[in-house]
Amino acid sequence: MTDVATRASAPPASTALAGLRVVEMGFAAAGPLVGKYLANFGAEVIRLESRLAPDVFRTTYPPFKDGVVAPDRAGMFAFYNDGKRSATLNLKHPKGVALARALIAQADVFVESFTPGTIARLGLGADTLRADHPELIVLSSCNQGQTGPHAFHPGYGSQLSALAGFVQLLGEPDSTPVLLYGPYIDYVAVGYGAIAVLAALERRARTGAGCTIDLSQYEAGLQFLTPTILEFAANGRIPGRAGNADEVAAPHGVYRCAGADRWVALSVWTDPEWQAFCALTGVSGPPTAAGRRAERAALDRAIEAWTCSRERDGVVADLREAGVRAAPVLSIPELFSDPQLAHRGMWPAVTHPAIGPMHVMAPPFRLSATPSLQERPGPTVGADNDHVFGTILGLSLDERRTLQRDGVFE
Amino acid sequence: MRVLDLADLSGAVCGRILADLGADVVKVEPPGGEPDRLTPPFVGDVENAERSIPWLAANVNKRGITCDLGSEEGRAAFGRLASAARIVVESFPPGLLRELGLDEVLRDTIVVSITPYGQDGPLAGVPGSDLEVTAASGSLWLAGEEGRAPVRTAQPQSPYWSGMYGAMGALVALRSPVAQRVDVSAQAAMTTVHPPAPVWWDIAGQEHGRTGPFLLGRSNVGSRFRNIWECADGFVSFAIQGGPIGRHTGRMLAEWMRERGAPTGAIAAIDWDRFDNTTLTQAQVDELEAAIAPFLRSLTKAEFFTEVVKRKMLGYPVGDASDSLADPQLRARDFWRTLAPAEGQRPLPFPGGFALFDGERPAVRRPAPRVGEHNAELYGEAGIDAGELARLRAAGAV
Repeated sequence: MTDVATRASAPPASTALAGLRVVEMGFAAAGPLVGKYLANFGAEVIRLESRLAPDVFRTTYPPFKDGVVAPDRAGMFAFYNDGKRSATLNLKHPKGVALARALIAQADVFVESFTPGTIARLGLGADTLRADHPELIVLSSCNQGQTGPHAFHPGYGSQLSALAGFVQLLGEPDSTPVLLYGPYIDYVAVGYGAIAVLAALERRARTGAGCTIDLSQYEAGLQFLTPTILEFAANGRIPGRAGNADEVAAPHGVYRCAGADRWVALSVWTDPEWQAFCALTGVSGPPTAAGRRAERAALDRAIEAWTCSRERDGVVADLREAGVRAAPVLSIPELFSDPQLAHRGMWPAVTHPAIGPMHVMAPPFRLSATPSLQERPGPTVGADNDHVFGTILGLSLDERRTLQRDGVFE
Repeated sequence: MRVLDLADLSGAVCGRILADLGADVVKVEPPGGEPDRLTPPFVGDVENAERSIPWLAANVNKRGITCDLGSEEGRAAFGRLASAARIVVESFPPGLLRELGLDEVLRDTIVVSITPYGQDGPLAGVPGSDLEVTAASGSLWLAGEEGRAPVRTAQPQSPYWSGMYGAMGALVALRSPVAQRVDVSAQAAMTTVHPPAPVWWDIAGQEHGRTGPFLLGRSNVGSRFRNIWECADGFVSFAIQGGPIGRHTGRMLAEWMRERGAPTGAIAAIDWDRFDNTTLTQAQVDELEAAIAPFLRSLTKAEFFTEVVKRKMLGYPVGDASDSLADPQLRARDFWRTLAPAEGQRPLPFPGGFALFDGERPAVRRPAPRVGEHNAELYGEAGIDAGELARLRAAGAV
């Protein structure tokens, strides 16, 4: 690390969130990834789950290791839940609910991502929990928020990304919009969810007060589209698909290189950059960006005529050398070998008890003094029942055996 | 909590989020204002430093001062302000803060650094805009039509992702006893937006790419499912899905089609109680989708939205900015907050705070600052009186 990293004045803290306990109930991505990031920075995150109503990431969403569908072989669950512990509780059993409450009573944060009203029906609503434990921070993250006419409408992130307006902005003009692969908006809500929890913790440190947080994944996503809302409200224009065109830079696009499905992204922002670009490529065009934007199609064809017979990485290197912004369009396998992401430890290796060696994802920001720690793969179902019910809740082995027999740990 | 925000548009959202949460965020710009104030489009299409829509969106709720960090006097003035700051956000090329001698000044401050590729490593210091970092993250690879050039979201997204993770990093760092560096890479930030694709490669050795309007990764036999469909007045998002809600959706769709007298084709034969989308061959998926397409084409976005909500089905219209502003759910939750983005301009609807805290939504409360608007106020608080400020101004330091 550079300057600031080397001058930590106090002895290094182990992790930033050591001592923080988080209990989490949820499914798929939007709730559980909040807990993942907190765990990566040292919080003890306990995922409460049930064999009777498993997470769809354990049962429905492939890939599974070797194609064998089983809760502990689910790649999605293992990837999205690294760093956590798993404990199983049957919340249809009254003793299950009592144990969940006892555990949450010993936690700082409770994260849930069910349809509104679900946890309240189970007896675990924020008001109930905070009546006993006013310092508790409860994050409820759901599709459209806890209130309002659409609160109970079920939804997944890929389609909510369409409703919010992301999909409408992606694709060539005058053609069908395309997807940004998956539940894009969920990951926006994850970031804001973690921010909300951390902000509530900061306030609690000052005031002692807990907090009930109602996070609508839809509203979180719209933050990222603020300029399109303002553009419509101020100027009456609805921003739409623009291919790879930009309002400032020209050229600005993605061009085919030699080989199958190899592409370079490049953009020119200033006059000196344009001159350097012309000198390198032999491409010519109007001297001003406005002029080049007006002749975009012809310019793009001329640029692709230059790139299409050349190797992608050579094109990137030559453009960067000339002072022009450029990058390879990396494929997914290439993300695992990209030297810059590797340098940052983007894909920590872990060994999962059922899946074997696999990679998890590092947070995209690095802390110089209390870096993220990723040694624990996503847990198998109920892997930490002894720790949670024995060590934390202090139940004896006999008590646990009785509860097991009664189906409380299903 | 005082935050000094030195970041350009690639990192300004970080300070915006901290300001929304109630921090006292001060934008620090070079004398004359930062160049990103001229980023189009502009309010009323009038190009000036107080009308850039992307800039205003990222800088409301902040106060603003000017300071020439290139001059010794400017740095001295900055140092006096920095002593009261818990967090500094910056987007300079890696190493510049140290070259300016500001690392000593900031030794007890959390420094959030937002750059295209991070503070160190082989690409540290390489410039990159939204397009290049998106390309280097894999998310460009996944967006677009098969065989055609990848496409990016027309509203640049990497500044939002980088800013959001910067704010998350600052808040994590606040919980540790030492002031430290938060090193955000925009490339890494954009790598977090498509996790299923890396999982498919890592666990199953399957390489995912662009599939246009189709969803991959829902099948054990490699089938893909259409997720964007034409409707009467635009597009809707709908898919054949499994799991309890997906089966309910299919059952409701069949019922809806029958009520309307639409031909149900292959849909009629499905036993939704046993339906499993993960084992369907592509031919079976295509047959089901061929039956659904004409029905969806007959519906308007509004009709589709009303019915999927009523029937608790998965699916939404493909919305745009006008749809968002008209959405009844957002109105019922009092989401939109009206604010003149800069003084003297007409009020515009802003997305309100990103979550409700004990029922309260963080406010969009303060217009974005004019260039140097709060110089007297903030330098005054730092003990720089009017006379000294006038001298600094004359010297070009503020």
